[in-house]
Amino acid sequence: MVKHLLEIEELKGYYRGTFGVVFGVDGVSLTLDSGEIMGLAGESGCGKSTLAELVSGSPPPLLHYEGGKILVDGFDIYHIDREVLRTEVKCKRMSYVPQASMESLNPVKRIRDFIIDVVKERTGKKPSREKVLKMAGDHLKKLGLESWVLNRYPLELSGGMKQRVVIGISTLWNPKLLVIDEPTSALDVTSQKRMIKSLLDLKQAEVIESMLYISHDITSLRQLCDRCAIMYCGKIVETGPMDDIINNPLHPYTQGLISSVVSYDPTGRQKGGLKSIPGEHPDLRNPPPGCRFHPRCPKAKEICKTTEPPVIKAEKGKREVACFL
Amino acid sequence: MNADKVLLQCKNLTKMYSSGLIRTKFVVGAQNVTFDIERGEIVSLVGESGSGKSTVAKMILRLIEPTSGDILFNGKNILSYDKRDYYRRVQTIFQDPYSAYNPFYKIDRVLDKAFDLRNDHHLSDKRKEITKSTLKSIGLNPGEVLGRYPHQLSGGQMQRILVARSLIIGSELLIADEPTSMIDASTRAGILNLLLNLKKEKGLSVLFITHDIGQAQYISDRIVVMKKGEVVEQGPVDEVFVNPKNSYTKELLASVPRLYEKWEYT
Repeated sequence: MVKHLLEIEELKGYYRGTFGVVFGVDGVSLTLDSGEIMGLAGESGCGKSTLAELVSGSPPPLLHYEGGKILVDGFDIYHIDREVLRTEVKCKRMSYVPQASMESLNPVKRIRDFIIDVVKERTGKKPSREKVLKMAGDHLKKLGLESWVLNRYPLELSGGMKQRVVIGISTLWNPKLLVIDEPTSALDVTSQKRMIKSLLDLKQAEVIESMLYISHDITSLRQLCDRCAIMYCGKIVETGPMDDIINNPLHPYTQGLISSVVSYDPTGRQKGGLKSIPGEHPDLRNPPPGCRFHPRCPKAKEICKTTEPPVIKAEKGKREVACFL
Repeated sequence: MNADKVLLQCKNLTKMYSSGLIRTKFVVGAQNVTFDIERGEIVSLVGESGSGKSTVAKMILRLIEPTSGDILFNGKNILSYDKRDYYRRVQTIFQDPYSAYNPFYKIDRVLDKAFDLRNDHHLSDKRKEITKSTLKSIGLNPGEVLGRYPHQLSGGQMQRILVARSLIIGSELLIADEPTSMIDASTRAGILNLLLNLKKEKGLSVLFITHDIGQAQYISDRIVVMKKGEVVEQGPVDEVFVNPKNSYTKELLASVPRLYEKWEYT
């Protein structure tokens, strides 16, 4: 059997608090091979970011790991020592760049001092200043940043540059897997393109091997992903090669999502109107029984209301769909 | 151009933001912006962030005063209108529906208050009737939204209620400043289709402000492209987006991600 770089099996993660239990991620299985870029798409509130937070190994306070398995390069991250997780897995094998992470730079420190702090914290000893700066400068160059960036304060940089600095810092130890959550959502189209290009460059330069890229924007996922998973209400409804998902979506939700995407067409206005999916995303506190999409699904049958659909393999096992097609 | 058809004209609109009392610094918000909106037309203002799109919208809404230049509405300077009268004609939907509502009041009140801007004074029964039929006409179920508080509604529903509000007032021009950027893709198309329907059926004019080229192409009749406060290109949608002349427009269009095509990196 081929060893996957990231293997998620029946992962469950719930938020517990005074508001009750929110079934953020409810039984997700996913594999990611070395060298692959996987996209994760879905509406807001469907659990994409929750999944990323669980994969990062340190979920925020109210989010609890409730069962299932996450293997990162063979390390079962919820069943190993926290210290091993910190020193061996994080940064070396897997890095997580959360949403809006460009605001996490310290505003009163120059980028270079921030990087020195990070290196000190990770290695446990005071590093040689010149060495670190040399390394950081070289590293940022791979992301298309000049080394003068190191001497600047975060507020002197544009959003796209800050985002790239953060990605640069989190990939300093050449992690095999980069989990990245909505890196382009706060950026303009032109800096968005530059951002995606530098992520691809990073892979080209063999700094990272593979990537789990989370975004609600299918058109930008389209530009860099090999495979894509569509998430709805805490579950993955469809996975498959990116091109197939776009050109021939199988699950009714994916079909709705693709047909509601407004995309620019250089040859003129698109023919045929856009369709939106009726209704709204269910509350994750009490998800509907059976197939979670059935209240909004145009093709819902009686069985969908009571029984959860199994995951079916389609097209020679390349694609997986959770629906009674 | 036929003068009767033009609803709103912006002429050499300039806004300089100044800061500092002694060593005053000026920042260009908008410079020499000139464009028209005709009746029953959807015009999109596109550009990157910081290009002055919202500055123009705020000047049209009389929220900030232009440094120089004129805005004519129905041929008259907007500053000559009584404020109440002006807002009866020009209404807006903002980017963030979640902060546009007072959380303490029910939706009914928001819609009921809209009647105060109208000239005719309806009794409350008549008002309710109009409210319900307006909500139905934009695809909302009155039973689902009336009697609720804003936090019980989804973003898409809230934006629709703002549209309903301006319909009750009977405005002629709707300024929509990024109305879909905080709404999910699956419901976004619904808002766009709603605006298109209103244009077709009621002849509503819309100034649609967005950075999303795809949406602008889908919805507009004409496009105004802005860069650093200046208009770099304007014209019918099929000209600007199919055969762009300005180099900035070309660059902007080249960096838009497309669904059925991958980028070529040079």
